[in-house]
Amino acid sequence: MSESLIFTQGQRGRFATAQAPMPTTMETDLPQEYVRQTPLGLPEVSELQVVRHFTRLSQYNFGIDTHFYPLGSCTMKYNPRGVQHMVSKPSLLNGHPLLPAEYGQGLLQCLYELQEYIKDLAGMPGVSLIPMAGSQGELAGVAMIRAYHQSRGDHQRTEMLIPDAAHGTNPASAVMCGFTVKEIPTAADGDIDLAVLKTMVGPQTAGIMLTNPSTLGVFTRQIATVAQVIHQAGGLLYYDGANLNAILGRVRPGEMGFDVMHLNLHKTFATPHGGGGPGAGPVAVSERLKPFLPIPLVAYENGQYRWVSEGDGLPTIGRLSSFMGNVGILLRAYAYIRLLGRTGLQRVAEFATLNANYLMVRLQQVGFQLAYPKRRASHEFIISLSEEKKQFGVTAMDVAKRLLDYGFHAPTTYFPLLIPECLLIEPTETESKQELDAFVDAMCAIRQEMQTDAQLLKQAPHTMPVRRLDDVRAARELDLIWCE
Amino acid sequence: MSQVVDDLKFSQTHEWVRLGNEQTIVVGITDHAQHLLGDIVFVELPEVGAQVQAGHELAVVESVKAAADVYSPVSGEVVEINDALTDTPAVINQDPYQEGWLCKIRITDTNEVDALLSAADYKKLVSEQEEA
Amino acid sequence: MPFIPHTSSEIEAMLETIDAASIDALFDEIPKDLIAQPFAHIPDGNNEMLVDRLLQQRADQVESLQCYAGAGAYQHHIPAAVWDIAMRGEFLTAYTPYQAEASQGTLQLLYEFQTMIAKLTGMEVANASLYDGATSLAEAILMAVRVNKKRPKRILLIGSVHPYYRQVVQTIVSQQQIELVDIPVESATGVYAAEQLTAYEKTEFAAVVVQQPNFLGCLHATDTITDWAHAHDALLIACVNPMAMALCQEPGQWGDTGADIVCGDLQPLGIPLAFGGPYAGFLTARKTFARQMPGRIVGRTQDLDGKTGFCLTLQAREQHIRRSKATSNICTNQGLLVTAVTIYLSLLGDTGLRQVAQTCHQQATALLQKITAINGVQRIGDAPFFHEFAVSLPKPVDRVLTELAQRGIQGGVSLTAMDPSWPDGLLICVTETKTMDDITQYAAQLAEVLA
Repeated sequence: MSESLIFTQGQRGRFATAQAPMPTTMETDLPQEYVRQTPLGLPEVSELQVVRHFTRLSQYNFGIDTHFYPLGSCTMKYNPRGVQHMVSKPSLLNGHPLLPAEYGQGLLQCLYELQEYIKDLAGMPGVSLIPMAGSQGELAGVAMIRAYHQSRGDHQRTEMLIPDAAHGTNPASAVMCGFTVKEIPTAADGDIDLAVLKTMVGPQTAGIMLTNPSTLGVFTRQIATVAQVIHQAGGLLYYDGANLNAILGRVRPGEMGFDVMHLNLHKTFATPHGGGGPGAGPVAVSERLKPFLPIPLVAYENGQYRWVSEGDGLPTIGRLSSFMGNVGILLRAYAYIRLLGRTGLQRVAEFATLNANYLMVRLQQVGFQLAYPKRRASHEFIISLSEEKKQFGVTAMDVAKRLLDYGFHAPTTYFPLLIPECLLIEPTETESKQELDAFVDAMCAIRQEMQTDAQLLKQAPHTMPVRRLDDVRAARELDLIWCE
Repeated sequence: MSQVVDDLKFSQTHEWVRLGNEQTIVVGITDHAQHLLGDIVFVELPEVGAQVQAGHELAVVESVKAAADVYSPVSGEVVEINDALTDTPAVINQDPYQEGWLCKIRITDTNEVDALLSAADYKKLVSEQEEA
Repeated sequence: MPFIPHTSSEIEAMLETIDAASIDALFDEIPKDLIAQPFAHIPDGNNEMLVDRLLQQRADQVESLQCYAGAGAYQHHIPAAVWDIAMRGEFLTAYTPYQAEASQGTLQLLYEFQTMIAKLTGMEVANASLYDGATSLAEAILMAVRVNKKRPKRILLIGSVHPYYRQVVQTIVSQQQIELVDIPVESATGVYAAEQLTAYEKTEFAAVVVQQPNFLGCLHATDTITDWAHAHDALLIACVNPMAMALCQEPGQWGDTGADIVCGDLQPLGIPLAFGGPYAGFLTARKTFARQMPGRIVGRTQDLDGKTGFCLTLQAREQHIRRSKATSNICTNQGLLVTAVTIYLSLLGDTGLRQVAQTCHQQATALLQKITAINGVQRIGDAPFFHEFAVSLPKPVDRVLTELAQRGIQGGVSLTAMDPSWPDGLLICVTETKTMDDITQYAAQLAEVLA
């Protein structure tokens, strides 16, 4: 199976004529020095060739629509088809971002209501929908923490505390906002090391960035104490919403003591991941951070919805996107919330947790080592293949690749970095017991293969369009664009 | 067990130091370190003339799965760098103690060299870490 | 239960396996006092039919006006095949291609995209996209500061950069103490003048930013500024409309040695206006800067059998490995949008894209001629333009826009609404979506409104 590059499929002079308008002339009135003198380098193919090429390429992908995709920390749940259609009404797709608010009231109403729903979910009184991804939500949140301290003349707060198990985006976002990152260790039971934390806080502490449940798949039980310690030191708490699916409707981050958070709409609210984006990462904040929210926001006054922007004179951290964020994704999350409603949303966490705990226990029963056998799983959990590596010489990567042959997308591998040879497994609430059982069967079969034919695993996958790829060659001999 | 060369000095963070003539020493990463990193795909070297401090970042060595800071075992001035690594970083994997050297530093304080680990001490450190 | 497949007997069996009394028991590690009250402001759920009806009602409260607004978001025809294919579940519901062997479709497509956008901008390497045009400019500036370490963290912005882009750059780079210096445009020409640079002969910059076309739609003479930047050891960052690249000189050819980093928004290439997003940003550069690029990058390599395949590469730059030392905190690209853009560029091809760009320019030129024939309507600036230009009107722009809207036309964008420091002017964009009849109609309506 292979598909040649689109550039090599063309014939000079061929093109999809139905798609181009006919200008009256190709002569231009622009002065010569402004005019392009070189070919564009685009393919010269027919419409049918394009349709076939990209349809075939799509078939080389695993997606939620085709395979169980238990990628830990990514919440690969079913993306309802209905939602994709509902938000694709012509007036919503064709509206220009600078259309005056009075002509776009229906859209603004959806966004306003979404703001209100997120306040309820977060347990926080302020929301901005603008950030275009989780990492941009982090940037916004950390920038608000900085703006808050600076507005109080509190310039000595230069340190952001981050657990060693945190997503890599957390330290990267903190550094982008000019903070120094201090890493907090994890205790043996998977919770944050509270004793060490207490020694690390002080007048230099700007805040802490936490995921709860953490990336280790367990709920940080002393979160109330953590909040107390940080607040007493004058710092603020940032909640990374990546794992919100685990506690949706059960625990509100605001009530755990967090001051600011982002939500990953592409995780918790089932908007499609699209091969790596677009996402959306709205931020919610406590009362004291509200003035700093990124603009524009949607307000409802005197029976009209309107954009809140520069003219409103807030001490906002400013704009973060060319216009008003990923509106199309926001609308999808809105439609998803309206489909599930208040009780449907609460069931999300219940069944995500049920599935994770069931899968965890079953994998343990068939002989896999859990990272935290004494703990409940949140919506995800970790197994470690260190023993298997010692005994049979196979790695977590080998098992991941072999799973592809069995028709399952691999779990997250080698994250969190704390647990050697780990697989982080997140089944989500939309998978059935049958699917989970089939996954356990595949893992059992792979376990057998480790003992009888380890080489089979080390060479896996065997049934994909390509065999294992040489990523060392890719990095050493950079080939990033095609040249004739 | 990774190879450790007897006539070198070592840091806790897996750099080696070879004493050259005068006040100049050669720095590289150990066989153990290159094993841990795997296939090295890129090396970011300091600039000639840069002033470095013991324990501070000297270079970055990248594999596909990790980017490791190389810490300067001593303080001084970078006087020469191994340019060949830019095109063939794999040399560090193949020959970490000779062809895979990173840079040469003119040192300011010989006591810093004396304080480094001997080959025997470093062997002990590595065997402990490989056990764990 | 929407999208939850469990039957009650399955739930029972699962709880038995776990050895838990109930689903509630699975939450027993969460302190009791943290358990939340039910949602107060979220309505009850509904089925697909009813929620669709609700969305239709909302969509009906959005008026579809004939659109002459641009200012960074441009209406173009999108061939049906583009989104038909992009919305296939295998593209729509995949994630970042970490497992390369099970993601060859997305990966090959991204490699083809990188090739197309690099060639379109005349550069040597590209990443797999960024969030949008404004953030791509912020990332380009951060990258220039990383590359050009010997220069102070100071950036010269040549007027006029899109005011929202300028603000996003401010939000993001000001966190890192990067100083921004602006050169305004000359009102007579709508572009910068070479004499304005003399004031900065002695100032050191890490980079110079040029937007092409600029916010007023005008085309700068880019050779001079590119060579000036390089003579002063600054990098040249070009922020361009990729559609304009089918007609106008690409940054790779600017000046003696070309631009160093190119960024912009891919929206004109097959992405619907959709009230501002999702769009996608791009970033292309010289090959020597590849390791300083932010975001996802796809490389071509070989599998165990020596067969060609594709994978994410240079990942050690990224946050999931480098953490606090990453080149950026960015975690994803805009995969789905790039899928659409790649299909769009393949469909249009070399000839098609040139024809679209040429038509845009011709139609815009035609409209400018018609409306400047109206008494009191004057173009702001006289530099060459692509498909967008600004005019001053004999009546307040806000009132004119309101009256045009009542006639079903979104007549453009008010300059002062975007940036209060501008004079009262109207920014008008014409693309290939407007026929000569449309244009004649617009001019007639404007004449009536102004009469």
